[in-house]
Amino acid sequence: MSLEQFKNRNVGQQQYRMLDLGKTPETGWGRFKQVLGRSLKVELLIGLGVTFGVMIRTLFRGETHTIRYPFEKIPISRRYRAIHEMKRLLESGHYRCIGCGLCEKICISNCITMDTRYDENQRKEVSEYSINFGRCIFCGYCAEVCPELAIVHGDRYETASEQRASFSLFEDMLTPIDKLKSQQEYPGFGAVSPNADENIKKTPLAY
Amino acid sequence: MIHEVTWIGAAVKALIALLLVSAVAGFGTYIERKVLAWMQRRPGPAHVGPFGLLQLAADGIKLFTKEDFIPQFSNRLIFSIAPVITAGTAFIALAAVPLFPDFTFPSWIPLLGGVFVPSIASDVNIGILFILAAMAAGLYGPLLAGMSQQNKWGIIGAARTAVQFLSYEVVTGLSLLAPIMLVSSLSLVDFNNYQAGGIGSWMLWQQPLAFILFLIAGFAETNRTPFDLLEHEAEIVSGFVTEYSGLRWGLFFVGEYANMITIGVLASVVFCGGYSDLWLIPGWLMMGLKVSFFFFLMLWVRASWPHIRPDQLMWLSWKVLMPLAVVNVVITGIVMMAMA
Repeated sequence: MSLEQFKNRNVGQQQYRMLDLGKTPETGWGRFKQVLGRSLKVELLIGLGVTFGVMIRTLFRGETHTIRYPFEKIPISRRYRAIHEMKRLLESGHYRCIGCGLCEKICISNCITMDTRYDENQRKEVSEYSINFGRCIFCGYCAEVCPELAIVHGDRYETASEQRASFSLFEDMLTPIDKLKSQQEYPGFGAVSPNADENIKKTPLAY
Repeated sequence: MIHEVTWIGAAVKALIALLLVSAVAGFGTYIERKVLAWMQRRPGPAHVGPFGLLQLAADGIKLFTKEDFIPQFSNRLIFSIAPVITAGTAFIALAAVPLFPDFTFPSWIPLLGGVFVPSIASDVNIGILFILAAMAAGLYGPLLAGMSQQNKWGIIGAARTAVQFLSYEVVTGLSLLAPIMLVSSLSLVDFNNYQAGGIGSWMLWQQPLAFILFLIAGFAETNRTPFDLLEHEAEIVSGFVTEYSGLRWGLFFVGEYANMITIGVLASVVFCGGYSDLWLIPGWLMMGLKVSFFFFLMLWVRASWPHIRPDQLMWLSWKVLMPLAVVNVVITGIVMMAMA
C-alpha cells in the first residue's frame, strides 16, 4: 500500500446526499419571504403535537423509559458475569465441586484460594474455599474451566462493599439445600433439558 | 353598586397576590419538571411525597442550606441586590394586574367582615404602562448580576440580557398598542370589561397578529425556551446566574416564574377575555384556567422547540416582529378611522 493510499481517509462509500433546502435567498425581501413561509408552515405546530402525544401516552398508557432502579430491575442475561455461585447436583443435592483446583490454577488475579482433603469415604472434599471479590475481575475463566459446572457466575451485580477485600466462602456461594428446586442455570449449558422427565429410566440394578 | 376601596382591601389583595404568586411560582417549578418529564417519556420527580409533590420542600431545604457564595473579586453590594431587583420588579408589576374578580368578605369573618377587595391591588390609570415599565426595570436584575460577578459567562449573559430584553420590550409595547387603541384605555379593568360579552368578543379575534406578537415577545421577556439565551447552558454555562447559589439564585427563579405568570395574566386579560364569567364557569376559575394554559404553553414549547441563535433573535425582533407590529398598529388605526 503506497503512502498516498494510506493517507486517503475517505475510505467509506461516499453516498452522501445533500438536503434539498431550496435556493438561498439573495435579497432581504427574499429572506423575509422564506422566514414567513417557514413560519406559516405547520411544522412548528406538528412539533408541539408530537410532544403532546408523547405526554398523553406517558401519562395515560404508562409508556415510560424510566426504570425505577432500586425498586425495579431489568432482567439480565444468564450469561452476565456477576458474583459467583456454587451449584449443587440436582439429583443428590451434594455440591458439584470435585476439588480439582482448576479454577484456583487459572485465576489470573489470584483471588481464588482452596484446600481439599479426603473425607471418611475417600471422596475429595472441599475443606477451604474463598474468593476475594476485591481482587476478582470477573473474567469468567474459573466458570469456563470448571469441568463440573460447579462454579458459575450468578446475577447478583450489586457488589458495593465497605472494604476493599471482600471474601466470600464456599457456603456463602453454595445454593442453599432448601432452594435446590429453584437453582437456575444457563439453558443449554448444563441445565436440565426440557424433556428430562421423559429421559428418566429405571436403572439396570432395579431388575 | 360602587364599592369604596379601602386601604385594608388593597393590602389584603396585595397580600393574597404576593402569597398566591409565590406559592404558584414555587409550585411552577414542580409542574415544569413534571410536564417536561412527561413530554420526554420520564416520570419526573416521583420519590419525595405522593407524586413527588414534596420535592418542593426538598428543593427549598436544599436552597436554604446552601452556602451563600459571593465571588472574591465581585462587586459585593451589586451582586447581593441584583436578585432582589429581579424578584422585586416581578412582584411590583403584579400590583397592577387583576388576578381574579373583586369580592367582599362576608360579614361573619372577624376584623375583615365587609371589606371590599378589588380585583387589582392598585388600579392606576396607566395600568398596562406601569406593568410594562416594571417588567422592563426587571432588566437590571440579570444585567447587574452578570456585570458584578467578574465572570466571563456572566458578562456575556448580561450583554445578552440587555439586547434581548430591550429589543423585545419594543415588540411587546407595539403589539399591545393596537388593543390599547381599540379599548382607548390603559386600565386592565377596562380591557376586561371591553371583552365581557363571551368568547366572541375576545380581543384575540380582532387582533390575532398582535396576540401572536405579544406571545413571542412575552416568551423572550420571560427568558423562555426559544429565546432563553441569557442562561443557555450549552453556550455560556449559566449566563448571569453562573456565580449564584442558594437563596439568591432562588430569588432569580421566583422572579422568572412571577414574570411568566404576569405575562400569562396579561395575555389572558388583554386578549382572552380576562376574569369575566363564561357560561357556568366563574371568573376566577376562568382566569386560573387561562393563566394555567399560558404557563403550560411555555413548558410545552420548551419541550418541543430548539433555541435560536442570538443573531437570529435580533433579526427576528427588529426586522420581522417590529415591522409587523407597526403595520398592525397602522392597519388598526385606518380601520378604526373608517369605522368611525
